[in-house]
Amino acid sequence: MALLEVRDLCVTIGSLQPLDRVTFSVDKGSILGLVGESGSGKSLTAMALMGLLPLLGGRVSQGSVRFDGTELVGLDSERYRALRGRRIALITQNPMTSLDPIQRVGAQIDQVGILHRGLTAADARARSIELLTQLRIPDAATVHGQYPHQMSGGMKQRVVIAMALAGDPELIIADEPTTALDVTIQAQIIQILVDLVRQRGLALLLITHDMSVVAQACDQVLVLYAGRIAESNTVEAIFAQALHPYTQALIACIPRSGQASGSLRGITGIVPSVASYAGGCRYHPRCSLAQARCQTEVPATQVHNTHRIACHVATAGAAHG
Amino acid sequence: MLNYCLRRLLLLVPVFLAVSVVIFLIIHWVPGDPIDNMVQIGSSPEQKAALVARYGLDQPLLVQYGVWLRNLSTGDLGDAIILRRPVLELIAENLPHSLRLGGLAFLFSTVVGIATGALAAVFKDSWIDRSVMALILLGSTLPSFWLGLLMILLFAVQLEWFPVSGARTWTALVLPVLTIGLHGVALVARVTRAAMLDISRRDFVLMLHAKGLSHQRIQLQHVLRHAMLPVVTILSLRIGWIIGGAVTIEYVFARPGLGSLLITSLAQRDYPVVQGCLLMLAIAVMLGTLLGDLVQAGMDPRVREHLR
Amino acid sequence: MSRWKNSALGRTVRTWRGGLSLAVLVLIAMAALFAPWVAPYPYDIQNLSATNKDPSLAHWLGTDEFGRDVLSRIIYGARTSLTVALTAICGSVTLGMCLGAAAGYFGGLFDRAVTAVVDLTWSFPEVLIALIFVAILGAGLYSTIVAISIAYLAQFARLTRAQILTLKSETYVEAAVNLGSGHGHILFRHLLPNAITPVIVAGMLATGDAIILEATLGFFGLGVQPPKPSWGAMMSSGSAQIFLAPWTILGPGLAIAIAVVCINLFGDALIDALDIRHRVRDH
Repeated sequence: MALLEVRDLCVTIGSLQPLDRVTFSVDKGSILGLVGESGSGKSLTAMALMGLLPLLGGRVSQGSVRFDGTELVGLDSERYRALRGRRIALITQNPMTSLDPIQRVGAQIDQVGILHRGLTAADARARSIELLTQLRIPDAATVHGQYPHQMSGGMKQRVVIAMALAGDPELIIADEPTTALDVTIQAQIIQILVDLVRQRGLALLLITHDMSVVAQACDQVLVLYAGRIAESNTVEAIFAQALHPYTQALIACIPRSGQASGSLRGITGIVPSVASYAGGCRYHPRCSLAQARCQTEVPATQVHNTHRIACHVATAGAAHG
Repeated sequence: MLNYCLRRLLLLVPVFLAVSVVIFLIIHWVPGDPIDNMVQIGSSPEQKAALVARYGLDQPLLVQYGVWLRNLSTGDLGDAIILRRPVLELIAENLPHSLRLGGLAFLFSTVVGIATGALAAVFKDSWIDRSVMALILLGSTLPSFWLGLLMILLFAVQLEWFPVSGARTWTALVLPVLTIGLHGVALVARVTRAAMLDISRRDFVLMLHAKGLSHQRIQLQHVLRHAMLPVVTILSLRIGWIIGGAVTIEYVFARPGLGSLLITSLAQRDYPVVQGCLLMLAIAVMLGTLLGDLVQAGMDPRVREHLR
Repeated sequence: MSRWKNSALGRTVRTWRGGLSLAVLVLIAMAALFAPWVAPYPYDIQNLSATNKDPSLAHWLGTDEFGRDVLSRIIYGARTSLTVALTAICGSVTLGMCLGAAAGYFGGLFDRAVTAVVDLTWSFPEVLIALIFVAILGAGLYSTIVAISIAYLAQFARLTRAQILTLKSETYVEAAVNLGSGHGHILFRHLLPNAITPVIVAGMLATGDAIILEATLGFFGLGVQPPKPSWGAMMSSGSAQIFLAPWTILGPGLAIAIAVVCINLFGDALIDALDIRHRVRDH
């Protein structure tokens, strides 16, 4: 049984439904990439898993989220709180703003140890410094006593990762952990996360808009468009043969070495806002293979082993093995 | 930080001079001969001549101002017409009462205001929040001197819990402090609540939730600390208001103090006293605002950059 | 008709807050305007055999220390308070807007001078400023209006200046400048009409404060002089009789409180309807 099993997750905020029947699972020691453009509902998925939707005025309207056998949807708030930071940890997008600016970073990491593992202040401090050292922060003891504004973005994100690890979690949800960082630092952070998963047997849900990160780090990938699954499969299968037009477009956008300069490819159109989702297949306005059927009928999700796909066109000419 | 303090103190000088000019000119703008506004009726020509010499009233205005400033620096604020005593003495007698009232009112406003505002934010949309909002509405719209009179009516006249007026016992401080304080509480509570709600929307608060901390703990240990900066800002801007409130309330409760002194001498046209009181009050406002600015700068390094 | 309904004013009136408070304010204004017809007695008829009488059918709010009907004096007092407050605020807004607009638009030394003076008075309590000018001008109706006017000047100058500064960098202003429009044209046709809304609303809210300030000055005996009735002065003489005739304090005080609360509620509702909370300074 997978550590995290999400089935037909639907999220509503007010009268809108930004997430519709999202289904996936993550095993221990594996990395699932959740891919989509901004506005596709990736962060909402993270919030839903953490049980933090009420902070946004939203809720899970349907579906199930099972973590290690326990159903999280509808879970008592105290029990959910006991999970957060302890067994499920979150790494957010912007390290510039996710640390408390008037508290020393060390104390912010210690807090997790004291709260969730019952450590004394001294023990928590020792453990935090150890974590920072493992994350390759030089002179961790000094850094422990610094304020966030005294550090670079990359350092801050390592602090956030340390905060996530301090509770000794089994599942980490990383919401675009490298988007706000320099390109040079991005690769380092991704590598740190990958190493953590392999060494400690963690499960990692890696949310990103960057297919090249998925190629580099993930075992499985789920492509999300406008709140719905477009396609999901193992990384090898997807990159070998992506069947959904959106997945194909995303992969085509990855810049390759040797590409002629000025020839960066994009996908025409922009991601629609939740209030203006198209009828039928939500991707059809931007799809080069769209047919009449796509405008009116919502494509059903088809499942073959590890492959999931929701598309009218792809199934027509697909070759499944 | 020291640099900022010095710069701010230096800025005080031109401000003080400007205010002192206005106050100095009061005697000259009032209809009638300045000399007649400074002496009692029926003074002899010799007494008048002595005054002319003391204040240089036969000199051009600028020189008179200089004389006035010089007198100020030696503590000579003139003599009260009606009471025939040095103005400085009168002020020295009344100042402690005003300080006591103002200081307590400020303390009350700050502590109770922050507490109620924080409670309202933590229990947002509950009956606690709604009651605090109603309190804020009342506190900010009801005229303070009417509130004072109501307090007297209810607590002093009907219930006889507190004295009606005067400053003989410490219990006489309760109603005046409450009256001024209510207004202050409304202001501080409103800012605290708004600041806390605003800060709660920030990313780091989301992270605190993700770490598994309880809502109460997040609000009171983290958000409240952040909210203190806007609160200090508003307090330092509105210190002048507490002084204004004290002036009014002293009169309502017939307490001794700079406020009562000012108003009674205005009614009696005792201009030397009026000038002395106005000057003291103006200095109090300037010092209060300065203190507020310095505390703000101490709390937030960004403020120190913004000196014009 | 529908355009009015959909306008901010229309929407405000349809809320509980906005509609009710406006209705009460209109009632007070009407009572003040038609005082001679509305008030049961003239305000200065003394009846020394019936002083400090409790509220009764003949005198709904009792009589004061000279036997005058309290209710009538409150109604006539509304005239004083509303006239003084409105006149003072109108003057303050007009002068403040001119100063603030000129300072914000022309900048330079003039701006620095105006800002210095405005910031100076900004930190002083309005009561103190008003008292300074009452000291100079003496007590009475006109000096009260002037004193209150000057006390609120800083607020409107500051607000207008801030609005002008933000609007100055809008593209349509740049366009006007490029087309060669004169300063006056730009100021009056483009900048001021857009800057005006928050200032007007702030003025409305300040009117409530001005009513309180007028009453405070009257309470000190430094405002409008007798026999003209003023809410503040009534409460002042009432406080001397506080053991005998508490309604002489309650009545005028209640009138002030209701008027000011309604002004604040209506102004607040209008701010929400116009959605300009961020542009109006929050006191």
